[in-house]
Amino acid sequence: MAETLFFEALRAAIDEEMARDPRVFVLGEDVGHYGGSYKVTKNLYKKYGELRVLDTPIAENSFTGLAIGAAMTGLRPIIEGMNMGFLLLAFNQIANNAGMLRYTSGGNFQIPLVIRGPGGVGRQLGAEHSQRLEAYFQAVPGLKMVACSTPYNAKGLLKAAIRDNNPVLFFEHVLLYNLKQDIPESEYLLPLDKAELVQTGQDVTILTYSRMRHHVLQALPELHQRGIVPEVIDLISLRPLDWDTISASVRKTHRVVVVEECMKTGGIGAEISAGIMERLFDELDAPVVRLSSVDVPTPYNGTLERLTVVQPPQIVSTVVDLVGGKI
Amino acid sequence: MVQERPVPVFSPTAAPVSREEGLALYEDMVLGRTFEDKCAEMYYRGKMFGFVHLYNGQEAVASGVIRGALRPGVDYVCSTYRDHVHALSAGVPAREVMAELFGKVTGCSKGRGGSMHLFSAAHRLLGGYAFVAEGIPVAAGAAFQTKYRREVLGDQTADEVTACFFGDGACNNGQFFETLNMAALWKLPIIFVVENNKWAIGMAHERATADPHIYKKASVFNMVGVEVDGMDVLAVRAVAREAVARARAGEGPTLIEALTYRFRGHSLADPDELRSKEEKEFWLSRDPIKRLGSYLLEQDLATHQDLKAIDQRVKQVVEDAVAFAEQSPEPDPSELRRYVFAED
Repeated sequence: MAETLFFEALRAAIDEEMARDPRVFVLGEDVGHYGGSYKVTKNLYKKYGELRVLDTPIAENSFTGLAIGAAMTGLRPIIEGMNMGFLLLAFNQIANNAGMLRYTSGGNFQIPLVIRGPGGVGRQLGAEHSQRLEAYFQAVPGLKMVACSTPYNAKGLLKAAIRDNNPVLFFEHVLLYNLKQDIPESEYLLPLDKAELVQTGQDVTILTYSRMRHHVLQALPELHQRGIVPEVIDLISLRPLDWDTISASVRKTHRVVVVEECMKTGGIGAEISAGIMERLFDELDAPVVRLSSVDVPTPYNGTLERLTVVQPPQIVSTVVDLVGGKI
Repeated sequence: MVQERPVPVFSPTAAPVSREEGLALYEDMVLGRTFEDKCAEMYYRGKMFGFVHLYNGQEAVASGVIRGALRPGVDYVCSTYRDHVHALSAGVPAREVMAELFGKVTGCSKGRGGSMHLFSAAHRLLGGYAFVAEGIPVAAGAAFQTKYRREVLGDQTADEVTACFFGDGACNNGQFFETLNMAALWKLPIIFVVENNKWAIGMAHERATADPHIYKKASVFNMVGVEVDGMDVLAVRAVAREAVARARAGEGPTLIEALTYRFRGHSLADPDELRSKEEKEFWLSRDPIKRLGSYLLEQDLATHQDLKAIDQRVKQVVEDAVAFAEQSPEPDPSELRRYVFAED
């Protein structure tokens, strides 16, 4: 085991996969000489050359299209969104071509492509740099969406995403890059379509992902003090959702809280809530509760920004209210 | 009288064509024209649906570039929503294209794509792209792949050139400029072929762009830009050959502006009310198929019987394509979800 920072785990994943398969290459803004906005690709260009760690002009829609064309013809590109929000400028290429082209072409082409980078609400970065793209992209057929949350799962998931033959949107979080964890020195991969059972419990199922996993973990001690033991599930795969894991937990606890960083309207929690209603209605002892970001552009002001995103005390009070009748 | 932009003068002696090549180009253009006329007929008979954009009048561009300068099936071709004839020139069988338009499972996109989404990996057709300009960066990606295979993977056989077709309307879109920049910056083996047919649906080219000379837009990327008479297949073939040679030699991309015209409306749903009768007549008088036919006869490269035989043969091919499409099965409803992911 070696203590590894989150961004180092991501770099190791890319490095190992580039060494393993010469068709794998990275492209994006400042991924080469500069080493990436969060240093995930630092010095990789020295090892692999400038074509394999390709600094692109600031032209998101077109370099994404270029990566799609390269993937269609046999390469395995990894796009780094300098900030994932910038990829709204590539929405057309991601949706129409990465997502739908395999289907539209009747299976003529496959698109092994990873689109990864920092997203989520950081520290007073302003609205445009605080995007959570998962809600926008969850309706696109053909895309897989994965959100990593620890150095351990970041590495194993990214390696699996690079080996996957589909386009994978791979979400990292700006505030997690310096998280530390002991991770195995030997190679490992993690499945892209499996949720992670973070903590077993029986009183309520908390479904979360990305940075909100850590807010949930911060809420746990107080909940435990109050005698409430939630089952915490990190969704990992935002599309497709791991309904086996979600269902098993709901059948056990009969209560669900979704804690997410995307906005409430049309978010991941909205999809989960509808899915639980359709599949597990009779299992529920209470309506599904969604704790989401407020439906506003993320404000710059620190106080307002904190109010926008779900905080641990809010998780505690919501869970207590929901489970209260049961305890 | 319509003031038309003067086309550059081309002397066929500059790039002589053999009888065999001349007849092959002629046949390819006749196939494109006959196929499209049949599409109109089938559309009005309710055999195909959606937006169907025909290529009549522009045949010299597809044939001159793909048949005249590329190696179909080896080099990559990227098209737009007006893609039937690019697909045919790239070697996709007429049967597969017609069956796709009929929505049949035997179509080149298994009935999932339709008129604007023709694909064939086997023929290196990267696709019909239905949104204007979105195919341009994808084509550059295929070209990047060729460069990557050669320079990173050490594959000395990697010498494909990608031909990327699009219209005048696309040349005001960011993806056009962004991709030209990257292609020139990295010297990608690609040729950008603008089919300037003067109209983006109802938007006249000169109403949409500050400088109507599209080929000049290459200069700001230190790229070679050339204009060519898009109604003269031999002229198109000549400039395309130079561009392909440049690309293959690692000297980077070329922007070719082919001055051409569509003889029909934007799509079969377009009432075509804005283009003047004079303008249409002017361009109809420059029909690229008649022009090549006359040239081949003048030069004693072909006889009337040769051309007639081609017309007959192509007619059979298109009739056969229709019969094949008619008789082909629909996609299996149980396979509605197939092809969403790579494993399907």
